[in-house]
Amino acid sequence: MDYFLQQLINGLTLGSIYGLIAIGYTMVYGIIGMINFAHGDIFMIGAFISLALFLLVTSVLGFAFLPVVLLIVIVIAMLFTSAWGWTVERLAYRPLRGSFRLAPLITAIGMSIALQNFVQITQGARVKPLPPQIQGGITLMEGSTAAGDIVVRLSYMQIIIIVTTVVLMAGFSLLISRTSLGRAQRACEQDRKMAALLGVNVDRTISLTFVMGAALAAVAGLMFLLFYGVIDFYIGFLAGIKAFTAAVLGGIGSLPGAMLGGLLIGLIEVFWSGYFTVEYKDVAAFSILAIVLIFLPSGLLGKPEVEKV
Amino acid sequence: MAESDTNMPTSLQKPVGAQIKREERAEAPRNTGPGGTGNKLADSLRDAAMAAFLAAVLGFFLIGIRTDIAPGGLALTTRWVAWIVSILVVFGGRLALSLLVFRADHPVTETLGGKISSLSEATPQLGKWLARALLVFALVLPFFFTTFVPGRDRQFIDLAILILTYIMLGWGLNIVVGLAGLLDLGYVAFYAVGAYSFALLAQFFDLGFWMALPLAGMLAAFWGLILGFPVLRLRGDYLAIVTLAFGEIIRIVLLNWYEFTGGPDGISGIPKPTFFGLELSRGDDGFAAFFGLEYSPIHRFIYLYYIILVLALITNFVTMRLRRLPIGRAWEALREDEIACRSLGINTRNTKLTAFAIGAMFGGFAGSFFATRQGFISPESFTFLESAIILAIVVLGGLGSQIGVVIASVVMIGGIEMLRNLGFLSNVFGSGFDPVQYRMLIFGLAMVFIMVWKPRGLISTREPSVVLKEKKQIGADMVAQGEGH
Repeated sequence: MDYFLQQLINGLTLGSIYGLIAIGYTMVYGIIGMINFAHGDIFMIGAFISLALFLLVTSVLGFAFLPVVLLIVIVIAMLFTSAWGWTVERLAYRPLRGSFRLAPLITAIGMSIALQNFVQITQGARVKPLPPQIQGGITLMEGSTAAGDIVVRLSYMQIIIIVTTVVLMAGFSLLISRTSLGRAQRACEQDRKMAALLGVNVDRTISLTFVMGAALAAVAGLMFLLFYGVIDFYIGFLAGIKAFTAAVLGGIGSLPGAMLGGLLIGLIEVFWSGYFTVEYKDVAAFSILAIVLIFLPSGLLGKPEVEKV
Repeated sequence: MAESDTNMPTSLQKPVGAQIKREERAEAPRNTGPGGTGNKLADSLRDAAMAAFLAAVLGFFLIGIRTDIAPGGLALTTRWVAWIVSILVVFGGRLALSLLVFRADHPVTETLGGKISSLSEATPQLGKWLARALLVFALVLPFFFTTFVPGRDRQFIDLAILILTYIMLGWGLNIVVGLAGLLDLGYVAFYAVGAYSFALLAQFFDLGFWMALPLAGMLAAFWGLILGFPVLRLRGDYLAIVTLAFGEIIRIVLLNWYEFTGGPDGISGIPKPTFFGLELSRGDDGFAAFFGLEYSPIHRFIYLYYIILVLALITNFVTMRLRRLPIGRAWEALREDEIACRSLGINTRNTKLTAFAIGAMFGGFAGSFFATRQGFISPESFTFLESAIILAIVVLGGLGSQIGVVIASVVMIGGIEMLRNLGFLSNVFGSGFDPVQYRMLIFGLAMVFIMVWKPRGLISTREPSVVLKEKKQIGADMVAQGEGH
C-alpha cells in the first residue's frame, strides 16, 4: 500500500508534465487537424531555455530567493519558447495550409529533426545535469515491509509541479471559455471558413494557438528540468510521443481530456516500471497509443469524428 | 510577416503552396501589404529587420548562451559573436528572399520550379531515356571509380552502395505510401526485421546470405501483415503515428531482449555474401584465385554494389509490373478514395495488407543486405530517424514517382555525405567547425523547405499506370497524393 501510494504520487507528477505538453497537441489538432510533430522539441527547447535562464538569474545576476527566481524563469521562458512555437508555425505550417493532408506532417517531422540537431549543435550533445534546487518534502507515511523501510514522501518539487499544472489548467480553461480569443479559437475549430466570414482572423488565431501550446510546453520543460535534473537534446521525442498518446487517450481536441490522458499515461508508465519492468515502460506507452487509436479513436472525452462523404 | 497579402486565410483556397502565392501575387496590387509603403526595397528591409529581430529572440538563449558542464555544476559561456553572426545571416537571407522571391516580379523559385516541372512534363520520352541513361551509368559506375579515382574508389563505391540502399528502401516504401497511400512512419521496423533475420539465421543455423535473403524477405512480409492488420481501420496521420509506435516497439524489444538479439551490443561477425560459393577473400579458394585475378579488397565492394543494384532493380521492376496488375490498380484506387473503392467491390482489407506485406518484404531484403554489408548490426541503426529519412526521400521525390526517389536519394544522401569533403570550410570558420555536424540540421530544414516550395515533391506529375487509347499526363493537382486513406 505504501509503495502503491508513492507510485501514485510519482505518477501524478509525471502525468502533470505530460498533460501540459499534451494540451499543445490537442489544441493544435483541434483547430487545424494536424499532428504538430515538432511540439515535443518545443518542450525540449523550453527546457534548455529554462536551464540557461536559471543559471543566468542565479549565478550571473545573483538572485537567490527561489520563488522569485522561478517566477522570473517561468515568465521569460514562456515568452521565448512561444517565439519558437510561433516561428515553427510560420515557417513550416502556414505556407502549407490547404495543401494535402500529409504535407504539414512531413514538414513537422523535418522541423523536429532540425530543432533537435540545432540544439545539439549549439548546446552540445552531452546531458546537462542540474543539481536539485528544491529539496525537502512532506513525509506522508512511514512503514516497514519485508523488503525494508518505505517512506512515502510528497516532495515540495512535486507539490510545485502539481499546483502549477492545476493553476495553468484553470487559467487556460477560463481563457478558452471566457475570452474573445478563446471564442475565436472555438469558432475556428468548428468551421474555419465561416469563422473567417464572420471576421475572425483565422491565421492569427492559429498562430496564437501555437504560441499558447509552446508556452505551456515551456512550463513543462522547466518542471521536467527541475524534477529530473537532467536534460539533453533528445528528450523531446519520447516526451512528445507520450504526450501525444495522452492527448489521444483523453480525446484529441478536448482540453480536460488532454489533462486526464496525461495523468493516466503518467500513472500507467510509473506503475508499469514499478511493478513490471523498467526496460519496457516505453513499450507500454506505445502499445496504449496503438490500442487507443485502433479501438477507441475518439478517446475518453472526445467527440466521435463523423466522416462526411 | 512574409507575404504582403496574408489577410485572407490561405486555407480557404483550393490550390496548393506555391500556386496560392502565385495567384495572390497576381490578384493583389503589388506591394500593398499591411503597412506596405509601395517601395519594394523599403518593404523588404522592414521584413528583413523583423526576421532579424525574431532570430535575435530565438537565438538569445540557444546560440548566445551555452551551458556546459564545469567543475562544481554547470557554467554559462557566452558566444555573442555567433549570435550576432546568426542574426546577420537571417537578415541577409530574408532580404535576399524578399527581393528575389516574395516581392520579385519573376520569383527565382518559380523559374526554377518551372524548369523542373517542364523537365518532368516532357517525361514520356525524356523519362524513359533518363532512366536508361541512369541504368547504364549505374552499371559502369564501379569501374568508372576504379579507373578515374583509384585512390578513393573504395569510399565512392561505399557511398554509391549507401545511396542505392536508400533508393531500394525508397522504392519499397513507395509501394506503401506512394501507391497505396498509407503513410508508414515505421518502415525501418521491416528493415530491422530483415537485418536481424539474416544475422540470427546466420548465427544459429549457419545460413549464408543467399539462403537467408528470401527467408528474411518472407519474415519481413509476415511482420508487415502482423503490423498491418491492426491498423486497417486507421487513416491519415493516425495511421502514421501507430506505425511509428510499432517501429519503436520493435526497436525497444530488440534492444532489451538480450539473450536473443544481443541487446545494445548487437550481433557481429555476420557472414559476407559469396559468389556462387566462392568467397571474396584472399586465399586459394577465393574469387580472385579462381578467376586468376590478382586479389584486391575492392572486389568485395564492387560485388556488394552489384548485389544492391540488382536488388533495387528487382524492386523497381516488381513495382512497375504490380502497378499494371489489378492489385496495383486497386492500390492506386485506394489512395484516391477509399469509400469509392469499397463501393466498387474492392476488398480494401486485402489490398492494404498486400501493400504492407510487399513493401515490408523489400524492406526486409534491404535489411539483410545492410546486415551483410556492415557485418555488424545493433538497434542503433534502426531508429525513427531512419524511417523519417526514407519517408523524406519518397515524399520529396514525389509520391509514387520511381525516378523521383532516385533523384531525392542522390540529392539528400549524396549531398549530405559530400559535406564530409568540405573540410576547407574550417579555414574560414575556425578549426572547431565541422560541416558533418550540420548534416541532419540541413536535412531537416531541406525537408521543410522543399515541402513548402513544392508540396507535391520534385517530380509531381505521373504517368498513368493503365492507358486507354492515348497517353495522358496526370497533372499534379489531379491526384490526391498520399491523402492517407
